[in-house]
Amino acid sequence: MVSVDRPTRGYRVFQGVNGVILTLVVVVTLYPFVNIIARSFSSERQIRAGEVTLWPKGFNLTTYKIVLQDSMFWRNYGNTVLYTVVATAVAMVLTTCYAYVLSKKQLKGRGVLVGVAVFTMFFTGGLIPNYVLVTSLGLKNSVWAIALPNAISVFNLLVMKAFFESLPTDLEEAAQIDGLSTYGILLRIVLPLSKAVVATMVLFYSVSFWNSWFSAFLYMDKTELMPATVYLRNLISGATTGGNAGAATEQLSQVGANIQSVTIVLTALPILCVYPFVQRYFVSGVMLGAVKG
Amino acid sequence: MSTSTTSAPPPGTQDPPPARAAPRRRTRKTARTGWRRALRRDWQLYSLAILPLLFFLVFRYLPMIGNVIAFRRFEPGGSIFGEQWVGLRYVRMFLTDPTFWQVFRNTLWLGGLTLVFCFPIPIVLALLLNEVRRRSLKRFVQSVSYLPHFLSIVIVAGITMQMLATDGPVNHVLGWLGHEPIRFIQEPEWFRTIYVGSEIWQTAGWGTILYLAALTTIDEDLYEAARIDGANRWQQIWHVTLPGIRPTMITLLILNIGTFLAVGFEKVLLLYNPLTYPTADVVSTYLYRAGVESNSFSYAAAIGLFEAIIGLVLIVSANQLSRRTVGTSLW
Repeated sequence: MVSVDRPTRGYRVFQGVNGVILTLVVVVTLYPFVNIIARSFSSERQIRAGEVTLWPKGFNLTTYKIVLQDSMFWRNYGNTVLYTVVATAVAMVLTTCYAYVLSKKQLKGRGVLVGVAVFTMFFTGGLIPNYVLVTSLGLKNSVWAIALPNAISVFNLLVMKAFFESLPTDLEEAAQIDGLSTYGILLRIVLPLSKAVVATMVLFYSVSFWNSWFSAFLYMDKTELMPATVYLRNLISGATTGGNAGAATEQLSQVGANIQSVTIVLTALPILCVYPFVQRYFVSGVMLGAVKG
Repeated sequence: MSTSTTSAPPPGTQDPPPARAAPRRRTRKTARTGWRRALRRDWQLYSLAILPLLFFLVFRYLPMIGNVIAFRRFEPGGSIFGEQWVGLRYVRMFLTDPTFWQVFRNTLWLGGLTLVFCFPIPIVLALLLNEVRRRSLKRFVQSVSYLPHFLSIVIVAGITMQMLATDGPVNHVLGWLGHEPIRFIQEPEWFRTIYVGSEIWQTAGWGTILYLAALTTIDEDLYEAARIDGANRWQQIWHVTLPGIRPTMITLLILNIGTFLAVGFEKVLLLYNPLTYPTADVVSTYLYRAGVESNSFSYAAAIGLFEAIIGLVLIVSANQLSRRTVGTSLW
């Protein structure tokens, strides 16, 4: 519908109004980020006075120093990295294997295998049986409590399956005739051709594990096992004040409000840094997944 | 070399394409030998499915069966299927529990408001974006509006609380207007607004993706034809654009209806506090507190099962309804 109509007066007015609305959308979306970043660099007094809007007032790095000197914050941040890496690796192996199997249209029993996965999108066991299960498997306080129960996302599985199905079958058949086993075909023919979808899936999984907090909150009893998201959650719910390492009490009371801003900024930082580069992969992945499986 | 082998495989070598085309027919007749042959031929493929199947069985289907603890007495540390049958005891318990009915009402409120506001906004936004002529501008608005989707829900909750704090920007603006500061986070009557507002902020942009994709598939000729028939822009949107994205709208509506009762468990858990329980406490948070915090596992499992069954019924009936009335369905 681009540039076919002769722009009438009414349409030009509409374009103007549309521009205003979309500008508002951009402002409303971005303002909280800008404001949080500005607060994180501002002085407590000026935040309390409500003077901080788009730009830091009373610029200082005291709060950053306090948070970054907190050994627990680093510990939790490290946990986030560890959990993300382990859980993503497990998820990738399982998802790739199953998606590859499901992509073989001639495979006997394929419909059942698809059904087993898809049914879980509509009916789940629920919080309590899962909690009881993970607890009685003895996974509490280990990375497996986070990695194993979420090892396959059915949505990601269907995206990958759709991609594998779109690959030319000739190549695999040729490789089979040349004597490659199924494992060999998967590792040496299919995966090298699937770098794009593999990268997208790694992104999907790692962002979701990086952002997750609830399984850690449920299954990790000790503070030193928690990821950064739970650190932040405890901070905003007032469970802890944060910054306990070497910070004088009066210094702490000075930064009470913007310590949350600082932690928000630091936790979101990796995502915000990679966002401009990875966003389009997410979009294309979602489109691929929307194609009926 | 390999291309020549595929196009004309020498006789006698293993020959997958015919084997691929054939089995459908043969399976009916000799199911057992069919399976044996399939296993012999594809055992390596089946072996790849073992670990994932184990995952589904243990972490997805076992908990479904584990729901029997809703009808059995469960002792923490005991068998995950409970100790002894107690029948509908726990079901009766929650059906007569006034708190349950309150959280159920809250759930309907939050779910309903989410559906009313969060479902149409992405459609409107997608239509507006579709009218933007400068591609760079369109891309920029999209990128910005997707951003909140990528953040942890903890960060979204944190940002929400900062924005609404007594010394936050919202109260600051209220101050300019001569209004007393409002303690949003502590006031039950504000919770629904806050919840829905932050939900829109986080999801509206991302929700446009599928609609924008659907919009690009609409045939240009339809617009041409509509114009020749004298349709103005609004009529074109009404008669061409909206019917064009209708399948997408209905699919997403069905999915939304299916998750109606499971509204924002994590977000509510992060945003609520005892002061706002009267409006904020929903079925899932209530069962979380009953189960995990107070150790009434069986009672909480009964509530959870109720929730899951309603969800399944909702999605199946929404699907049925849309198949009958508009001919679009998920399955």
